[in-house]
Parts: sequence; structure tokens; C-alpha cells
Amino acid sequence: MILAFDIVLLVFLVIAAIISLSVKDLLSSAMIYGIYGFLICLLWAEMGAVDVAFTEASVGAGISTVLFIATIFNTRRRSSD
Amino acid sequence: MLSKVFATIAVVITGGILLYGVSDFPGFGDPHSPPNAGVPGSPSVSQYFITESYADTKVPNLVTSVLADYRGYDTLFETVVIFAAGMAIFAILRVVGDQSVEQPRRTSESSFTDGDHSRIIVGTTCRLVVPVIQLFALYVVAHGHHSPGGGFQGGVILGASFIIIALAEHLNAALRRFSERSYVVIASIGILIYAAFGVFAQLLGGNFLDYGFLEPILFTDGPEMARSHSMLGVEIGVAFTVTAIMFAIYANLSSRGLLRDGL
Amino acid sequence: MSEFIDNTLQPYFNFWIYVILMMIGLWALIAKNNLIKKLIGLSIFQTAIILFYVSLGVKEGATIPILDHHGDHGHGAETEHHPEAGHEAAADHHGENGETSHAEEAGSHAESQGEGDGLKGEYTPEAHIDSTSPDPDKIANPLPHVLMLTAIVVGVATLGVALAISQMIFKEFGSLEEDEILEELKSGNVDG
Repeated sequence: MILAFDIVLLVFLVIAAIISLSVKDLLSSAMIYGIYGFLICLLWAEMGAVDVAFTEASVGAGISTVLFIATIFNTRRRSSD
Repeated sequence: MLSKVFATIAVVITGGILLYGVSDFPGFGDPHSPPNAGVPGSPSVSQYFITESYADTKVPNLVTSVLADYRGYDTLFETVVIFAAGMAIFAILRVVGDQSVEQPRRTSESSFTDGDHSRIIVGTTCRLVVPVIQLFALYVVAHGHHSPGGGFQGGVILGASFIIIALAEHLNAALRRFSERSYVVIASIGILIYAAFGVFAQLLGGNFLDYGFLEPILFTDGPEMARSHSMLGVEIGVAFTVTAIMFAIYANLSSRGLLRDGL
Repeated sequence: MSEFIDNTLQPYFNFWIYVILMMIGLWALIAKNNLIKKLIGLSIFQTAIILFYVSLGVKEGATIPILDHHGDHGHGAETEHHPEAGHEAAADHHGENGETSHAEEAGSHAESQGEGDGLKGEYTPEAHIDSTSPDPDKIANPLPHVLMLTAIVVGVATLGVALAISQMIFKEFGSLEEDEILEELKSGNVDG
């Protein structure tokens, strides 16, 4: 529960979320979503929720990103917006 | 364009109302806020979990003891939801038989050590690392009582080890080790293990998922150790299901249901 | 400035960011054209909700919700995980020692930092030494963590189903953009 760390992580989180939704290349979008997942895992570890951080690191940042990339590989890679 | 305008209006109004409501929230980090300590006269249930859970179940990890014992019913149906998602993906995507006329993406399944040298680094590293990952996954499942971990996290790591095999070599290499029939059977066995703990507790006289009554079967001295052992058994069931379904979801998504060749 | 930090920023910053993230996710879900972007927006929405719940359970100066059981000698003998009792007891104490020393090191570091700028609460490592009577004020609330574990895993399961449906949509319509799909539907040259 360190306030400065908290604030910095939360600001990075918002930046990562906005960027992930604005890039046109879907593969980059999925990778930045993976970055978002790891940042939020750090935030929860800092808040004392270690089980949630473990689950988010393995499920949210690991498996979710792989599933997105698998789908993008099978469909189109560029998006129009 | 209309959808963007509508979305912006909706988001601004909702966000404004929510931000106005934030001022009524309990302060961040306050140990005496209503979720943490309850209101005077009715303490919150988490106070009971913190103070009494070790005496009831002898498990130091409070999150695991609440997840698998006090809230075991939720966890059972969460496992069923994961299983149902795997079955839904099977029903949506799976194409059985050779009806499609598309060519396989990788025409040959040559090993990376002879012939195709482009994947030699990734392939060798994965061959060295996958057994360690699987050992770590089993450690995480077994030590859920003492350290962060438990059935879900260990199951996901174990499923990810099979996904690594599929990514490094061919999807068929992973399917040879963990075929479709195996993963469906293992996913079902996981839920049956969990439900068996509950049903045996009922047969011995207690409520469903009341692990204290399993004392005669598990040969422990006292209902606390019976609850601790049953929590481990239940977490193993959850790990089975999560492993199988995570690999099933990846296999079906990456091969568009054909299960012939993936990424 | 430090009054602003203590009175308005510190109690509420997490919740403001939670509302902002939730609104980003909601906007992406409605306004974006591409189906994959909509799903990313949905995932951001879900993690924002989880951020809210976990923030409710934070207590200042509290430690993680895992008790230390140095004082319970009977536990080392009754090994519920492995048949080798000695091996498990040694591994237990090694794990506890690692956890205790790390927490104490964090505690001393926090105390030295707390004297410096007064932003942190007092961190006392005694919370996790005695597992027979844990102090509820010094251990983080475990109930939101349990609920959010379920939420994360169910979220990824539904994400898998949504991606499967979007693959079938791509197979049927040849595109993942919402306006092109709506045009195909309107022109009526789809079967089934």
C-alpha cells in the first residue's frame, strides 16, 4: 500500500487501455492488452491481493492474450478503426 | 458515426453520475469501513473469516479456505461454468471429419531438429522448460494451503504448458500427448471429484459439501484436518477441469475447430 | 499540497480511475467497429470492476491474507500433502522463514519510509506471527479476493466463447467489421 506506486501504476493503466483500443493493428492491440494485464497484476500485488495477482498474471495476461492472438491469426489482422 | 456520438453521450452521463457517487464511498485503505469491519452491531463476515478460519480448518491461506470451504458451492459451479464454456466452444467451432477442402497451413510436421531449422531455438528451449513448468504447476496446486496458489492457478499453468508444446512444435504434437478424448474425460472427472466430496458428505449425514463429516473416510483425527484434506482434494478436481478446458479452448480456437494444425 | 494528497487524492484516486477505466471499456464496447476491439473493451470493463472490489478490501498497513503458523508444531507432523513428514516440515519452515524475513524486511523499510514523509501508515510485522489470534485490522480482507478469483476465471471462459463466435462470424460474412456485417445482413444474401 504505497501511494506513489499506486498512482503511477493507475496512470499507466489508463494509458495502456487507451492505446490498446486505438491502434489499428490488431496484433499490437492484443500485445498491449497483455501489458495492461501485467500492470494490473502488479497493482493487485501491491494492494495485498496476492492470489488475485497470481490468477490475473496467469489467466488475464497469459491465456487471454494467447486466445486473442490465436483468433487474430485466423481472421484479419488489420482493423478499420 | 452515430454510434460514436451515442456512445460518448452515454459514457459521459454514466461516468459523471458514477464520479459524483465516488464521494460517498468509504475511504481507500480504511480498516473500519463497512466492508472491512461492518457497522456497529453487525460485524462483517470477513472478520469471522480472519479470526476463526484457522481454528476451523487449519489452513493458513485465508483465501483458499474461504474459496474451497466456506464458499465451496460457488467454486463448484464456477468449475461447471468453465466446463460449460469448453463445451460451448466445442459445439460452436468443432468441425468433425474431412469435409473442408482447405489446405493445411504447415504442410509437413517435420521435427525442428532435422530439416526445418527455423524453429530450433524455440523448440529446444520449450523442450527443456516444459517439464519444469509442469512441476511448478503441481507445486502450486499442492501448496495452495500455505502460499498463494490453489487449483485455478495451478490448472492454468498446467494447461499453458501444453499450449507451449503446441506453439513450439505442431499442434498435433500437443494433441498426441493430450488428445481430444483425454481432455474431455479429464474435464468431466474434475467436476465429478468435486461433487463426490459433497455427495459423500451427504451420505455420511451432513449437508452437501460439509467436509467435517468426511472424518471417518479420510482417517483424520478431528473435523478440522478433514476439512483441510478435502480442500486439497477439491482443488485437485478444479485443477483437472481447468487444465483440460484451457487447452481445449486454445486447440479449438487456433485451428478453427479442425484440430489439424494450429498457429 | 500534502493536504490535497491526504484528503482527496489518497482516499479516492483508485475509485476515480476505476470509473474512468469502466467508461473506457463501455465506450469501446459501443462505439468501436471491429469485433475484436469490442471484446478488448469488454475485458477492460471486467478488470475495472475487479479493481473496484479489490480496492474495497485494502487496509492501510495490513499484510496479505496468509497466516504464519510458526507456533503450531502439530501442523508440521500432520502433513496433508506428502507422505514424507520430515521433508514437508522442512519445506514448510523454509517457506515460512522466507515469508517472514521478507515481510520483516518490508516492514522495516516501510517504517523508515513512514518517518520520512508520513504518507504511509504504521506497518507492524506482528500480525502474521501469531496464527492463533489474528488481528483483523492488520490482515487484508479476504472476501473480495475470493469473489474476484471466480470473476477472473469466468471472464476468461466467456472471452473464449466470444472469440469462437467471432471466428464463426468471420467464416460466415468474411469480415469482422460491424458495418460491413450489417450491410451483408441487410442485402439479404446470407443463408441460414
